[in-house]
This record gives sequence, C-alpha cells and structure tokens, in this order.
Amino acid sequence: MERITPLLWLLFSAGGTVAALLFPVHFFLTALAFPLGWLEAPSYEFLHRLLTHPLTRLYLFILISLPLFHWAHRFRYTLYDGLQLKHLTVLIAVLCYGAALAGTAMAAYLLWDIS
Amino acid sequence: MPSSVALTVSRYRPERESEPTFQTYEIPFRKDWVVLDALNHVKDSLDGSLSFRWSCRMGVCGSCGMKVNGTPKLTCATFLADYVPGPIRVEPLDYFPVVRDLVVDLTDFMRKLKQVKPWIIRKEEKAPGDGEYLQTPDQLDTYKQFSMCINCMLCYSACPIYGLEPSFIGPAAIALAQRYNMDSRDEGAAERLKILSEHDGIWQCTLVGECTKVCPKHVDPAGAIQQYKLTGATNWVKSLLLPWSTR
Amino acid sequence: MSAEPHYTLYHPRWYRRRVSVWWWLQKRSYTGFVLRELTSIFVAFFAVVYLWQLRALTQGPEAYEQFLARLTTPLFLALDTVAFLFVLFHAITWFNLTPKAMVVRWRGKRVPDWLILGLNYAAWLVLSGAVAFVLLRE
Repeated sequence: MERITPLLWLLFSAGGTVAALLFPVHFFLTALAFPLGWLEAPSYEFLHRLLTHPLTRLYLFILISLPLFHWAHRFRYTLYDGLQLKHLTVLIAVLCYGAALAGTAMAAYLLWDIS
Repeated sequence: MPSSVALTVSRYRPERESEPTFQTYEIPFRKDWVVLDALNHVKDSLDGSLSFRWSCRMGVCGSCGMKVNGTPKLTCATFLADYVPGPIRVEPLDYFPVVRDLVVDLTDFMRKLKQVKPWIIRKEEKAPGDGEYLQTPDQLDTYKQFSMCINCMLCYSACPIYGLEPSFIGPAAIALAQRYNMDSRDEGAAERLKILSEHDGIWQCTLVGECTKVCPKHVDPAGAIQQYKLTGATNWVKSLLLPWSTR
Repeated sequence: MSAEPHYTLYHPRWYRRRVSVWWWLQKRSYTGFVLRELTSIFVAFFAVVYLWQLRALTQGPEAYEQFLARLTTPLFLALDTVAFLFVLFHAITWFNLTPKAMVVRWRGKRVPDWLILGLNYAAWLVLSGAVAFVLLRE
C-alpha cells in the first residue's frame, strides 16, 4: 500500500483538477439548467451521436473515473482522521479504492462499444 | 483602556494534581505589554511558582510558544492590547505532553528533526583551499523562505494530523527537509525522500493548512509539503518509467 | 554527571490530553477543512449520476427519458442543488490551493501566486464555455 501512495496521490490530484475544472459546468447543465428548463436540453439522438465519437468516449471515461479516485483517496483520509477509525484502515482503503475501481470498470464497459 | 486585565493561566503541578486547572491573575494593563510581559509580572510579583519558557523576547528564539485564547502564538509577539477587555486564556501548546504549567516536552520534535537530516549532504566535500560554494540570489530565493523556521512548534500545535497521529513527522521537519533539498549546494534529496516517503512522512498530510496560518515567520510549511508531494510523485513516476535515471 | 540525558517516551507524570473525536468542531478553521474534504462525497455523487446517465444513453431513448424524469423530481433537484454548491466549494478551494502546491519558476524567478490563480480561473472559464458550447449546439 505504501509503495503506491504516490500513484494514489497523483490520481487524487488529477481527479481533483478534473472535478474542479469540468464538474461545475456539467453539473449545472445536466442536473439544474436542463431539468428546470432554463436551457434547451440536447436530444437523445444528439447525445448518442456524440457518444459514437471515440474522443467523447475518452473524455467521458476521464470525467467519470478520475473524480472517483479523487473521492476514494480523500474520503479514506477523512474517515481515518476525522472519525479516528484507525483500526479499520485496511477495510476503509479496500472499500474506497474498490468502489472507485468498480465505477471505472463500469464506465469502461459502457463506453467500450457504442453502436 | 482598562487599568488591569485578567490572565487565566493553565496550571499543572504533577506532584499534587493529575489534571491541569486554571488560575486567574489580575495584572496591570500596559498598552505596550505582550503576554510574555504579563507572565513575567505574575512570576515576579504575584506567583513565583508559575513555570514557562522564554528567552530572546523578540521573536527569534522560538522558546515562548503557547496557546493564547486557543490559538498557538509566540507570547513575546502577542500584545495584551489586542485581547482587552479579556480575560486572556494562556495554555501550553497542544499535542505535546505537559511537563508542568506552560512547559511542554519537545523531545518528539527533536528526534524527528534529526531524522530528516537537516544539513548539507554532499557526495564529496570541497577542500577549504578550493574556495566557497557559489550560489546566485535566485538560487537562494528557492529555499530562503523555508530557512526562516525558528523551531517554535506553533505549527505542530496547530496541525490536527499531528494531534491524531503522533508519529507524523510534522510540518516544521518537512519544511526544513525541503530547505535543504532545494539548496543548490545539497546533494541529499534522494536520501531525504526515502525517509519522508514512509508512512508517517509527507503522505500523511491532508493540507489542512493550519500550520501556515500560525507560523510567525511565514515559512509556509503547508506549501513546502505540497511541493514535496509533487516532487515525490514525479520521482516515483520517473523511477517506474526510467529506473536508471533516479539512481 | 557526564552521561547524556536519557529521554524516555513514557513519563507517568506528564499530562497528555486525548484528542476528542469531535476535534473538528472545536475550531472554525477545522470545521471548514472537514467541509472541504466532504466535498469529495458530492464529487463522487455527480460522477455516479453521470455514469447513470451514460447507462441510460446506451440503453435507448425510453431509458434516457426515465433518467431525465428522475432528475426533475423535487428530491433530486434539492439534492442536486446542495451537491452543486459543494462541488463549487471544491473547485474554489482547489484553485486557491494550487499556487501553494505548484511553484513554477520562470527565468529564475517564482511566478507570482495571483498569476497562477488567474490562469486557473481562466482555464475554468474557457473549458466551461467549450463544454456549454458543445452541449447547447443543437
């Protein structure tokens, strides 16, 4: 675990940067502006067409996967320090990074083949 | 301006109590007095049994660190005038064992400071006859901020990670390691990185940032640690992709 | 009396205060720090929402309509508003800390913090504009 800490920190940093730069606009549009009708939501056909483009799929993979690893690393330390759950440290690490890996795998599976 | 102010001081006399208590003293208020002057007044005129550390009384020795109204401060640089009408609460630094009254034990930090090898490490020293090591002002500028540390321990007292995990090497030690890593005369960065990449080193820090807030010398230990993390991580990637370059 | 003093870590008379599990409520800056860290939950929340949208998109137009309908329910709108505010908090605190973590030296001098900060916010604006442009193109 110790030897890959630099990697986990790099994933955390990259994920945090992706979330900081791109999440506000995506979140605002998808979860607020479109459902509330403030802006015209894109149609299913338009989005599906975007998805067939390999660059879109790569973009979405990064958009979903890296922030999940950002959460995993940060949440793990928050539980460890904030709630002083030191005795559960291995379990917490496995659950956090495991969940991030699961989300990444699912994103990869969904984005692999769009017809 | 009032003529006097109350000073509520934490007392701990291990020979007769198992926990600290508070004792309040009424001291004269002078607008140019600092908390250290007030403590000295107590010791000289009111209660000679009060124990506390101090030395230079001008903010360069790092001896007089204590908590004033809950915040770690150098008592020689904390004016009573900023705290009137009071009462002003003076307590020993957090997260260090209290020996007596306001005196804490700093052995843990001393041990950690030695661990990070805070000296110039060179593969080969120049003989004195060969002249000095030259350094440009820009090279000095890269590490000068981190060299301002006076080892006052306010940062350790502010760092919740140090409080929760006493084995954490801590802000001042890491900032001092960086001071030497970034010194152009030093060749020991790899050695220090090995020590600080361990479990209780730089990766324990979660950038709370309190250390930088309380530092009286503007060393910015939080910044030093984050920069060190970036260096550590890039080094790790380099060692993975180009194992020969980091030997 | 020439021996080095021997310091032992365990000393029964020294007072060691135990750190309370509510340490983060004791100081305003500590609470702010924990709130900042908790933004990661809302970051993960939105990543999952986007994953869910992706799944709906691959399953066909009806699934996508169902997804959109779900997002319009008051529960989700309320949750999303709170989450959005936390994600904004994450972005702002992240940008403000970037100059500390990344020291760029140009021609021997350190690039000033305000410039790094400005470049970050500029990138934020440009990328947000680009994403909005793509998604609103129809």
